[in-house]
Amino acid sequence: MSDAITGPLVRAKNLSRHYEVSGGFFGKRASVKALSNASFELYAGKTLAVVGESGCGKSTLARVVTMIETPTAGELDLDGYVISADNELSDSQRSQLRASVQIVFQDPFGSLNPRQSIGRILEEPLLINRPDIDASQRESMAREMLAMTGLRPEHYERFPHMFSGGQRQRIAVARALMLNPKILVLDEPVSALDLSIQSQILNLLVELQERLGLAYLFISHDLSVVRHMADDVMVMYLGRVVESGPAQTVFSNPQHPYTQALLSATPVADPSRKQTRIRLQGELPSPLNPPAGCAFNPRCWKTEERCRGTAPALEADGSHSVACYYPMQ
Amino acid sequence: MPLLDVRNLTVEFKTADGQFRAVDGVDVQVDVGDVLAIVGESGSGKSVSMLAVMGLLPWTATVTADAIVFDGLDLTTATAAQRRSIIGRDVSMIFQEPMSSLNPCFTVGFQIREALKTHLSLTRSQRQSRAIELLEQVGLPEPVRRLKAFPHQLSGGMSQRVMIAMAIACKPKLLIADEPTTALDVTIQAQILELLLELQTSTGMALVLITHDMGVVAETAQRVSVQYAGQKVEEQSVGTLFADAHHPYTHALLSALPERANSRRLPSIPGVVPGQFDRPAGCLFSPRCSFADERCETVQPTASASSLGHARCHYPLSKGVPLARAELQS
Ligand SMILES: Nc1ncnc2c1ncn2[C@@H]1O[C@H](COP(=O)(O)OP(=O)(O)OP(=O)(O)O)[C@@H](O)[C@H]1O
Ligand SMILES: Nc1ncnc2c1ncn2[C@@H]1O[C@H](COP(=O)(O)OP(=O)(O)OP(=O)(O)O)[C@@H](O)[C@H]1O
Ligand SMILES: [Mg+2]
Ligand SMILES: [Mg+2]
Repeated sequence: MSDAITGPLVRAKNLSRHYEVSGGFFGKRASVKALSNASFELYAGKTLAVVGESGCGKSTLARVVTMIETPTAGELDLDGYVISADNELSDSQRSQLRASVQIVFQDPFGSLNPRQSIGRILEEPLLINRPDIDASQRESMAREMLAMTGLRPEHYERFPHMFSGGQRQRIAVARALMLNPKILVLDEPVSALDLSIQSQILNLLVELQERLGLAYLFISHDLSVVRHMADDVMVMYLGRVVESGPAQTVFSNPQHPYTQALLSATPVADPSRKQTRIRLQGELPSPLNPPAGCAFNPRCWKTEERCRGTAPALEADGSHSVACYYPMQ
Repeated sequence: MPLLDVRNLTVEFKTADGQFRAVDGVDVQVDVGDVLAIVGESGSGKSVSMLAVMGLLPWTATVTADAIVFDGLDLTTATAAQRRSIIGRDVSMIFQEPMSSLNPCFTVGFQIREALKTHLSLTRSQRQSRAIELLEQVGLPEPVRRLKAFPHQLSGGMSQRVMIAMAIACKPKLLIADEPTTALDVTIQAQILELLLELQTSTGMALVLITHDMGVVAETAQRVSVQYAGQKVEEQSVGTLFADAHHPYTHALLSALPERANSRRLPSIPGVVPGQFDRPAGCLFSPRCSFADERCETVQPTASASSLGHARCHYPLSKGVPLARAELQS
């Protein structure tokens, strides 16, 4: 759609996804604010990483960006189409967009149908979305994709259980690429893998990005992987973006205390470097009953009265933004 | 004399396609107060070798060893009663899958109190207060309330901490922790590792830590043992291992760390671990090793000198370069 090479492929404005659940106090309806007010841009050939601890809303964001779920508020501009709570797309727009945004799930074991051959798995997206392509063409496209993702021609007839974890993750990447997407959402693509297999998959992703100009929304809790892959980083806590900016800047000069704590808690594979750790108290509060004010305040060592009042807004200083009343100096 | 001394441990499984050797001649020595990390590719026999020490493998497994001695007692010849008095009390284990190792039918408190009842002579109220103390130690908020909870009412991270509380309940001399923090967030992981190290320094508890996280190894362990396809291929102190790995597998593994990358392309190990039917005749790593020659393909290497990290390799590396045969002989 958008031919301008310089424009972003994805632009999110105050994107939110809340879930109504009946698990509140005294069985009252309550709302889980899984994602609140996320704004970001993603460009062709670039990687935006989303980091944060379990339950902070990373997968929710992935589901919204891949149109598995619609946002409950805010606006998502995907490759020129605008999606929002009150702007449903037509079916044809939707299927066109589905082709340009694809997702690779975390679990290389659960996400492949065990009864389908690899060839069938790769051809299925074409079968559903591209009625104009005939069977023999589908097969040759699937075989081409096997080669591109480092799999072998004889794998075409085989079934998922015959593959190692790393190979299955290659298959998942291959399947996601069948419709020629521009945007790939990667939800923890290497966290189930061994170090040696992890490096094979990361290399594959780098190579495909360089070759095809793909934009990656890269979700991971492993900061050393993020540091290696990302151009930009977005740090989330309890459904909100607390810090974002170029990866270099955020890693070398973290402004939010949570980002600092996360960085200091991440073990470094270098025994000669003994780092002093920031000790956080307690754990992530329940998203059903988040603390008033800044959600991080009960665990933060810099908390003042103000932090328990209203939540700080994300303030930009150039390309680096932080949501904190007392950012690090 | 080491606290745990395992010599030439081999474990074979009976499978539909014949015998499968999951652990192949592994030695493990752990001293009082030691922190030993065991690392290696998935499926390299890390869990199975420690389950063998605990005597917890299914009947399909055949365990052989020259010796498995714990605290002076040879477990291969000990009576069932002798084993029962040690396993679970002096040696305890945190299992890789926390969800499957808690009984879903009983409350957390019941399970912790049962563990205490089996091994220690405490009164009812002593058991209750010890259970509360344990949950506090592992950083679970509201311990009294948590004791009444059933496992499914806890998050993954909380169950993991309950498992740890149970494992340290009887103040073990040796704790085997199999991926104790993989299911946890990094901030919680940091708290748990700190707790384990605190127990190790204050009580002299020895710790065997199975993990694939090299960051955790670097920050927690004193010594590292590297396994590949059922064999121990290298063992060194943590500092020297990260600075100068002698086995090509260890070297390749460490080079694959993203934090060591100096370009966007990471060095990676081609291929996969050999399976049941394609085990090479010579060195098990030879099909994937960039230094392998004909000798490696045909002759099984033995462990080299301790100065070379006991590397099971014909041409151990020094600073990433294989030592020539002449150098080794001189
Ligand atoms: N369908 C749903 N209904 C109600 N709550 C939900 C639903 N989906 C997610 N949540 C809640 O929203 C929050 C964010 O979940 P999400 O899966 O996005 O987290 P995450 O960052 O991906 O975590 P993880 O690292 O564990 O994968 C969690 O508290 C979760 O329980
Ligand atoms: N009960 C069993 N029957 C047959 N084979 C088994 C059994 N348990 C384990 N194995 C095999 O033994 C080998 C070693 O398994 P083990 O669980 O020790 O690996 P690991 O090094 O702990 O791997 P990971 O890092 O994935 O936990 C694997 O090939 C596994 O498939
Ligand atoms: Mg998730
Ligand atoms: Mg294991």
